[in-house]
Amino acid sequence: MVGYLIRRLGQALLVVAGVVTLTFVIMRLVPGDPAVAYAGPKATPEQLAAARERFGLDDPLAVQLVAYLRDLLTGDWGTSLHSRQPVLDDLALAFPASLELVGTALVIAVAVGLPVGVLAARFKTRFPDFVVRVGSMLAVSFPVFWLALAVQTIFATGLGWFPVAGEYDGDLDTASPLTLWTNITVVDALITGNWPILTSTLWHLVLPALVVAAYPAGVIAQLTRAALIEESTQDHARLARALGFRESTILTRFSLRAALNPVLALIALVFAYSIVNGFLVEAIFNWPGLGRYATTSIRSHDTPAIAGVTLLVAVVYVLANLVVDLLQGVVDPRARAR
Amino acid sequence: MRRLGAFLLALIVLASLAAPWLAPYPEDAVDPLSSLLPPSPEHWFGTDQAGRDIFSRVLYGGQTSLLIAIAVLGSSALVGVALGMTAGYAGGWLRDVIMRVTDIFLAFPALLLSVALAVVLDPTVTTVIVAIAATWWPWYARLSMSVAASVSTRPYVDAARCLGVPAPLIVVRHVLPNSLTPVLVQLSLDAGGVILTAAALSYLGLGAQDPIAEWGLMVEQGQSLISTNWWVVTFPGLAIVLTAFAFNVLGEGLRNALDPRRTVIK
Repeated sequence: MVGYLIRRLGQALLVVAGVVTLTFVIMRLVPGDPAVAYAGPKATPEQLAAARERFGLDDPLAVQLVAYLRDLLTGDWGTSLHSRQPVLDDLALAFPASLELVGTALVIAVAVGLPVGVLAARFKTRFPDFVVRVGSMLAVSFPVFWLALAVQTIFATGLGWFPVAGEYDGDLDTASPLTLWTNITVVDALITGNWPILTSTLWHLVLPALVVAAYPAGVIAQLTRAALIEESTQDHARLARALGFRESTILTRFSLRAALNPVLALIALVFAYSIVNGFLVEAIFNWPGLGRYATTSIRSHDTPAIAGVTLLVAVVYVLANLVVDLLQGVVDPRARAR
Repeated sequence: MRRLGAFLLALIVLASLAAPWLAPYPEDAVDPLSSLLPPSPEHWFGTDQAGRDIFSRVLYGGQTSLLIAIAVLGSSALVGVALGMTAGYAGGWLRDVIMRVTDIFLAFPALLLSVALAVVLDPTVTTVIVAIAATWWPWYARLSMSVAASVSTRPYVDAARCLGVPAPLIVVRHVLPNSLTPVLVQLSLDAGGVILTAAALSYLGLGAQDPIAEWGLMVEQGQSLISTNWWVVTFPGLAIVLTAFAFNVLGEGLRNALDPRRTVIK
């Protein structure tokens, strides 16, 4: 197990190094001279030369890459062109908000997807199964930005049941200011007992979280159903059936536990996926997370900010994959051999 | 279910191909006098800001989406399968190198790498194709690598090797044909995802540009009008849902029929 752990960690580090290199290359492909971008269009040749000197733009690419890597490791992720703040500071504010949204969405997705998948497996090839299969397939077929627009227009602008945008009501910042601990608003409000902000945030979370939850709920339902059906044809399920256990007891008591392993792996992977999927939802609901930051950066061609978001999300991806593999290595010794 | 998917998809493909004959108006026929008309017998899906017929644009938009899907899946399957076959058959250090590179690309969320690439390149349909294909091929590389590795241990491959058949020929003649089924299933499962990603890129303004009819772009153009002129965003959005749904249903059906034991998660 220790050998597997070290090997897997080494692979993860290698992938992160590759991701950094790839990001570096993409940033270098951006048209336009970074020295001009820094010194301004009216800079004299001397000022340009000074800017080149300062950012090491005349060095060989390999040297620049090493310098870039060193900067990243020491916490210098560059300065955003549109917010004028260090990228890392921006990310430290935006990422917790994304976690809050995606975390809530995943709770909803598991709470809906898992029971619905069990239901479909229980009534395999009958009407409830058909409804779940069509429903889960639809859930993964919606373009997330369109679903967000539709939900916002119907339930917020139209019916007025939920707030249109934002994380909580703006006037609460003065009426009941929030002390920041983790930067995750819900958690901070809970720790400090700030009920007005807590309820307001939860209220604002409903619509965007439901939209982000659609895709994971769909895939979780599909995989739960498939894993349960496969599991219920195993010998132990047949034995339980022969012993006279009821079909629903066999599913929930015996098969579900075995089927949960792939489902748990899926949840970790879909978490990383949902962060990116949530980007457009955040932009539409004006949620102060990574997605809103990324879309603003894209519109203003803010390369350091885009590179920062890319790196952060890629690292989250690698970590999610690592956690899945390690957990599976613990649960299932066969996985270690791969 | 499979028949439903195939039927829906056939309908969508036919309607897109026949757009020049089915569409009541040219896709880019601007008419300021009939701007933002609600759905009516003359304009089934209404008109947009420029007075263009949305029904016609949705039909033509199908051509754009299907073209993107075919180009992305074709090119990434070509690259992915070629690399995967090489890695799976050769094994050893070659496999390790190819798989590590694949892992790096897999660590990038598809939409994000596409966005990074699309920011660098000019916003066109070609950019969307290149950007998505760049993130899509590793899935086929990984999939065909594992299939090729297992096929390579079959007795008939050993037999060919003993007869002195050169390695490239073994791969093309024996390993490739016997590894294609899971790749084909995966391609049909992925088409919906490609269409959704392409729509998202166009929605962000990184893909097709105005006058081109593209569903994601049409949603973007209409989103500020959504509360007053709902039809401008509704119909292109429904077209995306329907197409992605058709591909997903068909893909799942094909998987159940051809390759029931494999579930690949993205």
